[in-house]
Amino acid sequence: MTMWNPDDLDKLVRMVAETREEEIGCDECFERLDRFVEMRFSGLDAAAAMPLVQDHLEKCGDCHEEFEMLLEAMRVSERTPTTWEQVWHFWSWIRRAFRPG
Amino acid sequence: MTERSNEQWLAELRGPERDRALADLRAVLVRGLRVALRGRVRQGLNEAAEDFAQEALIKIMGSLDTFRGESRFTTWAQKIAVMTASTELRRKRWRDVSLQEVLDRYGTHSGESDRLADEQPTPEQLTMRSTMVATVQRFVDDELTDKQRKAIVAVMFEGMSLEEAARRMGTNRNALYKLMHDARRRLKKRMEAEGLSAQDVLGSIGEG
Repeated sequence: MTMWNPDDLDKLVRMVAETREEEIGCDECFERLDRFVEMRFSGLDAAAAMPLVQDHLEKCGDCHEEFEMLLEAMRVSERTPTTWEQVWHFWSWIRRAFRPG
Repeated sequence: MTERSNEQWLAELRGPERDRALADLRAVLVRGLRVALRGRVRQGLNEAAEDFAQEALIKIMGSLDTFRGESRFTTWAQKIAVMTASTELRRKRWRDVSLQEVLDRYGTHSGESDRLADEQPTPEQLTMRSTMVATVQRFVDDELTDKQRKAIVAVMFEGMSLEEAARRMGTNRNALYKLMHDARRRLKKRMEAEGLSAQDVLGSIGEG
């Protein structure tokens, strides 16, 4: 049996200390991830509203990576239509303001 | 692109003239993936985004009935696209690495501690540390199955993807997460039964 590195045992004990009796798995986290991310974008405290998702994301590297990718993908969708809407509204206003007669 | 409600998305994608909705949805997915893949794909970013978007669209169309309307349809769809992309990227990243290689790699550098090289522990501290290390190691050997120990070494210590480790162990990522959770719970119960808090252990092994 390989003896484990003390630094790794340290890491393991830290994870053990943060272990909850009930934790959700990757499937459940994935199921709820879209709602979690939308809450974040709405300025709500997603971690408080969905603590089991938050907890899983802190413990699972794969899910955390997907969460970050979804956040980045969402930032484009959240920003682009609004930016273009603003540009369009501003341009419409300019045209109305400077319409001759 | 037309702004659509969830109901509109579903109706159009299920309807006879779905091409326009499909094209719009593809555009959303590609735009999102281009950003999400930046830094994760070295070459052919646009092509990768297109390919993953196409793959995701097939999954999305096949699972429209599972959409529960708890978020925006486009968010749900982007989630599927991101999962599709990340699964494939991980598979490529870990393609040539077997589980045994990862476990063997650990075997070559386990037992050493980076910290010991920098610190000047007293003899008492050294004794306490080696006693505590041996104690935790004993808990690990007593409480955990061989599969649990392998999973911890591969995923927690060597940073292997949970999904890729699961595949090599003949299981899935959800099941492997639960197996590791069970391992942590067993260790927690054992420590409590022995009257040891995490602080006691961490204070002796590391910097506390």
